[in-house]
Amino acid sequence: MGFPHTPHERESLVLSQHFGDQEAIGLEGWRKRGGYVALQKALTMTPAEIVAIVKESGLRGRGGAGFPTGVKWSFMKPGDGKPHYLCCNADESEPGTFKDREIMRWTPHSLVEGCAIGAYAIGADVAYIYIRGEYTEALDKMNAACKEAYAAGILGTNAMGTGKTVHVYVHKGAGAYICGEETALMNSLEGRRGNPRIKPPFPAVAGLFGQPTTINNVETLVAVPHILNNGAEWYKKFGRADNPKSTGTKLFSVCGNIQRPGNYEVAMGFPFKDFLYDLCGGPLPGRQFRAIIPGGISVPIQTREEAENSPMDYEGFVANGTMLGSGGVIVIDDAQNLVKQIARAARFFAHESCAQCTQCREGTAWTTKILERIVAGEGSAEDLDTLLEIAENMTGKTICVLSDSCATPVISGLQKFRGDFEALIKKKKVHMVPAQVA
Amino acid sequence: MSAARTEMGGERGPSDLQHGLHEATPHVPVFTGARRAELDELLTRYPTKMAALLPALWIVQEERGWVSSDAMAEVAQVLELTPAYVKGVVSFYTMYHQHPVGRHFIQVCTTSPCNVCGAEDVVNALLKHTGCEELGVTSADGRYTVIEVECLGACGFATPVMVNEQFIESVTPETVPALLASLR
Ligand SMILES: Cc1cc2nc3c(=O)[nH]c(=O)nc-3n(C[C@H](O)[C@H](O)[C@H](O)COP(=O)(O)O)c2cc1C
Ligand code: SF4
Ligand code: FES
Repeated sequence: MGFPHTPHERESLVLSQHFGDQEAIGLEGWRKRGGYVALQKALTMTPAEIVAIVKESGLRGRGGAGFPTGVKWSFMKPGDGKPHYLCCNADESEPGTFKDREIMRWTPHSLVEGCAIGAYAIGADVAYIYIRGEYTEALDKMNAACKEAYAAGILGTNAMGTGKTVHVYVHKGAGAYICGEETALMNSLEGRRGNPRIKPPFPAVAGLFGQPTTINNVETLVAVPHILNNGAEWYKKFGRADNPKSTGTKLFSVCGNIQRPGNYEVAMGFPFKDFLYDLCGGPLPGRQFRAIIPGGISVPIQTREEAENSPMDYEGFVANGTMLGSGGVIVIDDAQNLVKQIARAARFFAHESCAQCTQCREGTAWTTKILERIVAGEGSAEDLDTLLEIAENMTGKTICVLSDSCATPVISGLQKFRGDFEALIKKKKVHMVPAQVA
Repeated sequence: MSAARTEMGGERGPSDLQHGLHEATPHVPVFTGARRAELDELLTRYPTKMAALLPALWIVQEERGWVSSDAMAEVAQVLELTPAYVKGVVSFYTMYHQHPVGRHFIQVCTTSPCNVCGAEDVVNALLKHTGCEELGVTSADGRYTVIEVECLGACGFATPVMVNEQFIESVTPETVPALLASLR
């Protein structure tokens, strides 16, 4: 569903098939649409059996890193006598990304079900859904869904009459991008400042409250009931025949300078060119795409040519100079000052840095300052070298990768659009067609 | 956030809101009656009391509109923490107000995806039509506070604006007057 538009025939609607359907929001309507059949089934299986199917399906984390979900779950050892926890990452703050929001708004029970199955599969009695504080509607919908699920005996100490304990609780964040980083999220849930933790220990060893913990993105967890209902083979059919490493469907959020922004669900490996021009309607009238950031603002910027060559899966984007990331597609056209937007991205990271690491705290601030100076027409030729030096110093040296993420648009921007920077420094006009659309 | 925010974005955060003598008003406890019961229920969800800190602060802000030092002290006492610890946590998160804000607290996203769709023009229109002199400074009539924020997670519906708890999408400079007129 190119939500909020009518679905395009080339989409593969699995997770988003009920977006826009008011009746799917409540428990009764959800059950009519096949809800909680997978959970009922899961609770009669052993955790190891569930993990095996998820592993076999090839499902990979949709939060950004693409780590195989079944493998992550297999790090947990149910029955080791310790309390285990599942965290669902619904902090969704990566600029360009707004898919988890629609999942929670339209199909909140799909997430309750995904969390319940995930918790059971890793031997956890409790799953927490950490939702960013700004998502007031999603918070209301998720709270209401949990309440309904408890009242119907789906959750609790006798989940679906099986005698098993599954709790799902909603936890409201309070405004901080960094709390989407997994260990920062755990600190925040524990009532601390949202500072990322040094790894190791990894969450599967010592995570939330110091106990073995698994953390998964919303979209990852809502795919699981479909996999249990339809089988791993069915899930694997979505994808390029020649690339078994990326399976299933993926929700892409599309924003920026494009005709039909919204959420689209396609099979892994879908041609990005068709996606941009057919599904999303192409550029605004009289405009051309200039730069595309396909996986949220933390991934490298693509040129139009790179984008048009990309199959939309983990490997396809890497082969074309970027990453799939969170699936937040940001489109920038030829009416924009690209350097200004890179500067704005740097400002975002400077604002969101938790300031624990020197390279990140200082690097994000200086990167922003220099870029803003260049945009203001006060840059010098050495500034570009300085930017790259700072970027180098910010990469691979800090507790979490926010620092690297700030360097990414700078490095890829300078690699692929250096002329834009130089033109500003020479105070010449940038490659920019005068804007008709403000 | 702390250091970076002061350095880079301090002028855009609610921490710079003008504030007066509001701390002089005696603090009426929040966690009594139904609110206490609500907190007690929340405490059953976590193995530690500290984990209820963010939810407890949300209860305070829902009740009072902001989180005063006295309220932080109350939360600290209820959850067996120190007031300094609570303040440290409050100051990390952008959504807790440490000072009273205008009746309509308006947050506008200007991060790159919204920026390329004209978010800065929306900010200017909001400042103009609310009579707010600057970002983060409440209008003279106490009605409005406008701040710029980072990505609100609604990038496909540029420009999203949050007014208190309400999300308004696809705002343009032209629709700003009607938006403000709808707030009563
Ligand atoms: C700075 C930063 C911000 C992140 N924000 C999010 C987020 O908002 N949502 C999310 O699911 N993952 C986010 N991640 C990734 C998480 O750390 C983690 O990898 C993910 O939630 C794991 O879930 P998955 O395996 O299902 O993808 C972020 C990572 C970093 C470094
Ligand atoms: S890299 Fe930045 S955001 Fe991550 S822990 Fe270090 S200072 Fe904090
Ligand atoms: S960038 Fe504005 S809502 Fe995401």
